[in-house]
Amino acid sequence: MQANEAHIRVEDLTMAFGDFVIQRKLTFSVRRGETVVIMGGSGCGKSTLLRHLIGLQRPAHGRVFYGKTDLWEAEPETRNALMRRTGILYQSGALWSSMTLAENIAVPLEAYTSLSTREIGDVVELKLALVGLAGFGGFYPSEISGGMKKRAGLARAMALDPEILYFDEPSAGLDPISAKRLDDLIIELRESLGATIVVVTHELASIFAIATRALFLDVETRTMIAEGNPRELLTRCPEEKVRRFLNRGNEAPLRAEQEEVNA
Amino acid sequence: MTKANAMVDQVNCSRNAEGVLTVRLRGAWRFRDERPAPDLVREALTAGGPPTAIALEGSGITDWDSACLIFLQHVCQLASDSDVPLRLEGFAPGIERMLRLAQAVPDRTEAHREQAGGSFLARVGRSALATLDDCKKTMSFLGETVLAFGALFRGRAHMRLVDLWSVIQECGPEALPIVAVISVLVGMILAFLGSIQLKLFGAEVYVADLVGVGMVREMGALMTGIIMAGRTGASFAARLGTMQVNEEVDALQTMGFSPMEFLVLPRMIALILMMPLLTIFSNVLGIFGGAVVGVLMMDLTPTQYYLETVKSLTFEAVASGLIKSVVFGVLVAFSGCMQGIRCGRSASAVGDATTSAVVHAIVYIIVADSILSIIYTLTGF
Repeated sequence: MQANEAHIRVEDLTMAFGDFVIQRKLTFSVRRGETVVIMGGSGCGKSTLLRHLIGLQRPAHGRVFYGKTDLWEAEPETRNALMRRTGILYQSGALWSSMTLAENIAVPLEAYTSLSTREIGDVVELKLALVGLAGFGGFYPSEISGGMKKRAGLARAMALDPEILYFDEPSAGLDPISAKRLDDLIIELRESLGATIVVVTHELASIFAIATRALFLDVETRTMIAEGNPRELLTRCPEEKVRRFLNRGNEAPLRAEQEEVNA
Repeated sequence: MTKANAMVDQVNCSRNAEGVLTVRLRGAWRFRDERPAPDLVREALTAGGPPTAIALEGSGITDWDSACLIFLQHVCQLASDSDVPLRLEGFAPGIERMLRLAQAVPDRTEAHREQAGGSFLARVGRSALATLDDCKKTMSFLGETVLAFGALFRGRAHMRLVDLWSVIQECGPEALPIVAVISVLVGMILAFLGSIQLKLFGAEVYVADLVGVGMVREMGALMTGIIMAGRTGASFAARLGTMQVNEEVDALQTMGFSPMEFLVLPRMIALILMMPLLTIFSNVLGIFGGAVVGVLMMDLTPTQYYLETVKSLTFEAVASGLIKSVVFGVLVAFSGCMQGIRCGRSASAVGDATTSAVVHAIVYIIVADSILSIIYTLTGF
């Protein structure tokens, strides 16, 4: 396993609802252990791209690879096996409301591992402790706050020790401190587990805090117009839209070009 | 190597002269590997009296996942239970960081739920109190409904006619096919049932009376009511319940619209208006179903059947069925809306609300039907 090996690769992906094209010609790859942020304005298709990556929506054109496996060409069993090594945190947690937090986390463990009930209990406790919810296993999702639901959702996403973690708008609906804590948690998980992380967000603070690389999806041209480290994109991206986006809509002078002109 | 040997190999406990217990971990520590239980460390801990300290040494770990963290957490727990200082040596930075993360927020013991249970009497008492509470809520919902109608008659209710139309569309015309199918079949069943008995007396022609009176007085309204309970009552509960989950009901309330007037009134009115019409439709089709059986199987002529039916039907009979249908409509709308408005904020709560809306509506309908039948009999209506 090499560190710079492409873990997820997207080739010439076009996403569409019927005749309505959302994004076209997306090509990028995510390396092992990297944290990639998919950013862009509202309605640009960030979340739709995520749905394509995790096998919920079939591409109109193009392919999605996990390692060497084509997600959409693979047999259903292979696809399921791939998805088992992937954890997904949905926008509002998507916890199953008829189960307690502990049961939510135990479901994948019961279905896909041969662990005993006691061991499953241990794993559940560990995962809840990792997201700072130790002791909340007996609660139902409707009894806890939005931020706690997200953290519990993360605990469930991590239940099977996944290699890839997807986050859909992790900081949406959280107060700045909870959002920061979740960002720190994401960084901590990347550092300690070496997991590959893909985050869909438009929260600037999160983007700068967690991204090693960022992709910008544009609403108007319906394609990806920038890719790179967000700090570098802020000052050096030739697209003004991207610099403005990263600077809260304010003017962001292009430094690199200036330097080039001077040189 | 035997299993036991492999385990001993993975964990190695030893004590030095100062009483420091060193626990060495080696090899692969993943769920899919064979792993020793933390009891091994507990035994080593108790075997030679409490140690002065525990040193966990992990430089020999080749592979790890949550299984390793769980083992380490158990050892940490053992150490803190017996008040022995613990240090980690030579672990991969990832393991140490995860362990720190897991211990960062202390277990909220007060957060653990107390188990519901208790003695038999306690449970009976609790469920009795819950039933009482349920009755109170039903009464207060009834009161609110009456107030909403009061507001409507004073012309002060916030109700959108568009909503009323769409509900009428949904629970009137769209219900016609299912009502038609069920009514024709019920009419045929009544005719079959009657024909067997009436043949004994050679009075086949009275099948028309039986079907006519049976449908108009009883079966038309009852079957329509039950169909509407399953179809429309469930849909009301699910719809309003989902609105409750999405905080749409709260939004109405904060904008000064009463959910009772905005959501419940149109549904009540729609069912009160549609139920008698559907019942008339059901009566006609039921009689038609009976006629099909009478004409095709019992050698009655259509004219004979028609004349016999008209002779048997009185204004009172038709009116008594229609009065029942209005009552059933109110009951279906009432239980559907009440369960929807009182729904909790989760997917399972919506399911519960829907189920209980249908169950309540059917029970209400049957009880109301019995009461009305008694009243009709006593008053000779």
